[in-house]
Amino acid sequence: MNRVPFTWNAAAPWFLLMPALTLLTIFLVLPLAAAFLLSLTDFDIYALADWRNARFVGWQNYAALFPSPVFRQAVANTLTFALLAGPLSIGFSFVAALMLSAPRALGKGIFRTIYFAPVVTSLVASAVVWRYLFDARLGLWNQLLSTFGLPPVDWLGNPRTALPALVIMTVWKSFGYNLVIFLAGLQNIPSSLLEAAEVDGAGYLTRLRHIVIPSLAPTFVFVVVTSLVGYLQLFTEPYVMTEGGPLHSTYSLVMMMHEEGFRWWKLGQGAAIGLSLFVGMLLLTLTQHVWRPGWTR
Amino acid sequence: MFLMLLMVWSGGCDTPPSRSIELRFWAIGSEADAIGPLIEKFEALHPEIRVIVQQIPWSAAHEKLLTAFAGQSTPDLCQLGNTWIPEFATLDALVDLGPYLATSEISPQFFFPGIWATNMMRGSPFGIPWYVDTRVLFYRRDLLEAAGFHAPPRTWTEWTSAMSRIQDQLPHGSHALLMPTNEWEPLIILGLQGNEPLLRENDCRGNFRSAAFRRAFDFYRHCFDAGFAPKIQTTEIANVWQALNAGQFAMYVTGPWNIGEFRKRFDRDQLANWATSPLPAPVSEGVGVSMAGGCSLSIFRGSPHVNEAWKLIEFLSATPQQVEFHHLTGNLPARLQAWDEADDLRDPLVEAFRTQLEQVAATPRVPEWEQIATRVYEFAELSVRGKIEPGEALRRLDEEVDRVLAKRRWMLAREDSRR
Repeated sequence: MNRVPFTWNAAAPWFLLMPALTLLTIFLVLPLAAAFLLSLTDFDIYALADWRNARFVGWQNYAALFPSPVFRQAVANTLTFALLAGPLSIGFSFVAALMLSAPRALGKGIFRTIYFAPVVTSLVASAVVWRYLFDARLGLWNQLLSTFGLPPVDWLGNPRTALPALVIMTVWKSFGYNLVIFLAGLQNIPSSLLEAAEVDGAGYLTRLRHIVIPSLAPTFVFVVVTSLVGYLQLFTEPYVMTEGGPLHSTYSLVMMMHEEGFRWWKLGQGAAIGLSLFVGMLLLTLTQHVWRPGWTR
Repeated sequence: MFLMLLMVWSGGCDTPPSRSIELRFWAIGSEADAIGPLIEKFEALHPEIRVIVQQIPWSAAHEKLLTAFAGQSTPDLCQLGNTWIPEFATLDALVDLGPYLATSEISPQFFFPGIWATNMMRGSPFGIPWYVDTRVLFYRRDLLEAAGFHAPPRTWTEWTSAMSRIQDQLPHGSHALLMPTNEWEPLIILGLQGNEPLLRENDCRGNFRSAAFRRAFDFYRHCFDAGFAPKIQTTEIANVWQALNAGQFAMYVTGPWNIGEFRKRFDRDQLANWATSPLPAPVSEGVGVSMAGGCSLSIFRGSPHVNEAWKLIEFLSATPQQVEFHHLTGNLPARLQAWDEADDLRDPLVEAFRTQLEQVAATPRVPEWEQIATRVYEFAELSVRGKIEPGEALRRLDEEVDRVLAKRRWMLAREDSRR
């Protein structure tokens, strides 16, 4: 018998982890398992009346998703949104962080507050205000365009511009958050390193390329992962501003999940969408973890 | 001291009539705010009953009712949009009102037949009409006259030529018709006017490739292709009344709620330019069918106070209360007698509604209807915006509707095999 004898020391971590594990099991693991089981049934409004009206359908809910043009469009919209908003928002926050951390920058406190203010305002309230800004006739953006002699844009009414309009609003709303994280990362770079490089004759761009960016690698990984996860869950902006239209051009995966699940009460189908999104995000995050550029290690 | 308190307490309890029965009544939107005076009168007549009115907003009503049903916390009675009745009746959530109706002074003949029909499922009534709603043609009398028409159109052909001539006379940027592409109602009404049902095989499959619906669809598309109506969604018009007031549109198929809005927002001269008319019919002159809308009162099966809830429904359906309810809310009364007694219902803008309400049809009575209606406008919009051919749009619509109704087919087949 090579059983490890019980010792209090070995068991202690489990006791300490118990509260957290219990909560995670109740609020994460069990609901996830239940949602998975639900996604294998055709649970709907008839099943709500009598659970015997629900049938086990195997992978049918998933199989029905992939050929559906609406689902494909929702996937395409969600990915396009994440791929546009992610780099833009991260790029803006990185540049703004560099400017705010420059030794000679003025009014750092004020600008930090201004940039962070959108993050703490309510998303629904900002979306409502932005809907006015995007108004085709009276909106601020079109008035600005017209002062430069440019033709007005039907921002939210044209299927081509509706999603980019949401990207613009989201970048404004969220870049302050990443900015603060970049600022924290920048403060952790030892100034001796930068000064030594300066003495050796390295210019600003060389220092940026060989010291600042490599030192911020873990920060970049964190920011990219959290932004990606956040943007793939796009919901409130289109829900408030466009209702997914026009012609489904701003319809996202989470909107589809919400509509199938809670509007049409097809909970089985809704759960299948939710879990597909979960698996997709997990794979993207893992890929990003395993296969990242050398300089971030 | 304690004894004294006890005496005061028990004495205080005896003097007012104890309202031992609490009725929970869910009303939706502005009706909940307005019915206070009616509830007070009801409570005065029935000292043993206390009515607790809870307001739920329209946007959340459907979800909240379903959640309440799932959680077994439904109210005693509720205001239900009459397109929701099939759904809740299918869930077996509502009380069959047939037996109560049999011994009551209320009779189906008191109501518009098309409206009453929306409350029937499997031959039994599951709701009593509370107020009614339909859509008619609102039009600019001055613009129609300038185009050479002295009466509103009565057939689709007349309608088309009227729109065409009005369009020719309007300045650039204005349109003969307002028909948002993300509303399913106008197209469904045109479809209901045909002589074929929207669903076939016991409401188990889509019937949108029928010749009648194709005609409706072609008429609908022509309004956009000929430039009578702009291809816009409701979210693109910041303020619809401002647009109407500015003369951007000459016609609009809409409901009674807009009478109140017009009176509130337009000045006397502008208001005088607007008139209403029952909808034109596809071929022969006469009144074209419109959609039977409105709200009914229903009792939930979970209620322990069905008899008291029925008393409240009877009270609210009586003519004086129907008239008062109309004055409180502006809603059109469901009861025919109330139309004769309420003076302001003889207003020329309202009269078209009475004529129209005699000619209303229900949308298909299946729980999946709302989902089907959404698909209808989605495919129609794709076709109107030139993304797919009309034949292709209707074929894919039927396919999609068949998919939505798959569960219903299975349910009905199972019921048949059990028999």
